[in-house]
Amino acid sequence: MGTAAVSIKNVTVSFRGEVVLEDISVEIAAGSFVGILGPNGAGKSTLLKVILGLIQPDVGEVLIFGQRPRKLRGRGQIIGYLPQRPLTNPHFPVSALDVVLMGRYGLLGIGRRPSRRDREIAQKLLAEVGMAAQAHSIIGTLSGGEQQRVFIARALSVEPRLLIMDEPTISLDACAQDELYELIHQLQEQMDLTVIMVSHDIGAISGHVGDIICLNRRVYVHQPPPIGRLGLEKTFGCSVEYLFHGEIPHRVVRVHDD
Amino acid sequence: MMIEWLQPGFMQNALLGGLMVSLICGLLSVFIVLRRMAFVGAGISHAAFGGVALGFLLQVDPFWTGLAFSILVAFLIEVVQTRGRVEEDTAIGIFFAVAMAVGVLFLHFSRTYNADIFGVLFGNILAIGPQQLWQVTGVTAIVLLFLLFFYKELVFLSFDEEMAWVCGVPVQAVRYLFLAVLALVIIVAIYLVGIVLVSALLVIPAAVARNLTRHIQTMLVVSTSMAMAANLTGLALSYQIDLPSGATIVIILAGFFFLASLWERRKKAGRNRD
Repeated sequence: MGTAAVSIKNVTVSFRGEVVLEDISVEIAAGSFVGILGPNGAGKSTLLKVILGLIQPDVGEVLIFGQRPRKLRGRGQIIGYLPQRPLTNPHFPVSALDVVLMGRYGLLGIGRRPSRRDREIAQKLLAEVGMAAQAHSIIGTLSGGEQQRVFIARALSVEPRLLIMDEPTISLDACAQDELYELIHQLQEQMDLTVIMVSHDIGAISGHVGDIICLNRRVYVHQPPPIGRLGLEKTFGCSVEYLFHGEIPHRVVRVHDD
Repeated sequence: MMIEWLQPGFMQNALLGGLMVSLICGLLSVFIVLRRMAFVGAGISHAAFGGVALGFLLQVDPFWTGLAFSILVAFLIEVVQTRGRVEEDTAIGIFFAVAMAVGVLFLHFSRTYNADIFGVLFGNILAIGPQQLWQVTGVTAIVLLFLLFFYKELVFLSFDEEMAWVCGVPVQAVRYLFLAVLALVIIVAIYLVGIVLVSALLVIPAAVARNLTRHIQTMLVVSTSMAMAANLTGLALSYQIDLPSGATIVIILAGFFFLASLWERRKKAGRNRD
């Protein structure tokens, strides 16, 4: 067996004395498509930031393809990242192409401008996410779904082996969500990616990913969907009303105690 | 003649110095506006007062003491804020008030309540001598080099700092460098408009450009053009009708901003009607 894409061993993270992640141990195999599921405040984004090296765990160890995240940063980027709110300033004066090129800035190093090859890579990625025609549009003038595609292209512009997405479908309508999942599956196959996706949307995620990690401070791993109601209830700590089981979405009626 | 006002040597110094200062202010202001650092600029410039006063007390060139003071305060604000103990605006509010208070004490001990201090507060571009001109030239060269080397990192940082870090940009180093460069620009801009009015030069040019442009590259061009145009007309006007030049330049810049806002609003209204 080769090295795992992500190997997390006994990681604990706390902010100002409050434990956010508690003794997390997870292995994510290379080439898999993993969904991380959990309620608001479960520590989903924190776990991603630990994997990215943005947050150092108090205890435990994280290895990305066998290396520490902070050592990986900037040296032949391995992780592509799509943050939860990628456009913090909606009026920022740059084009879609500029945004995708930004992904390559760290690889280029200081004092060097993007070369013709960088531009070609960026253009090609924009074409792959179906945004070639809007390359020169100002990012803030694009629709939410279009922006998300541009930011996926930026995440891929580092030519990563691991793609991490934080709630990528949160601002999209149902139609755009399906398109996005389709796009990600297609890119995963094309580029031989390991994909980790965080969501709080049970329905959406269970229909599209391979394995599901349920997170609520601690970890509950489920192999293939559908996941049992009890497992989810353990994660969310409340009754689960809507679920996708297999192909058809339907309502799960909770058995009341009384 | 139009260029009659350029005959005296001091006016030529003023014009040359003023144009260089407005060039670098125009460029830097774009990043200050995009990174929402207007208050940081105001804080550092006021903090410079403490350093300048120290120069008077020690009887050394206030350029160096002012510079040291501004960089020190800028870095302190950054350290306190990144440690996460105090909010940035609170930190600025405390540090610049303390630096100014210290400055007042320095002035008290130096016993120099003279016209120099008025010049420091409100600018005295007509007093730019060869030495100041050299300082302005040096600072301009440093700022241009900095932007040449770190342009793309600055753009990424302004766009999304966390993502810039993830992509391998040395975020912390660029932040500190930017603050040091900002302190340099503020010190020479004090010659032109004085401590109190520096933030106008650091904010208004980019604010005008933001209303007139859509892409960062044109924004940089328009911002510097506006700053230089205001400087040129401001100097000419203040010479012709005998007005304080720093204040005149700032008011012209404000006029540009007003006109640009009107233009932007009319354009929007026109688009809505279509």
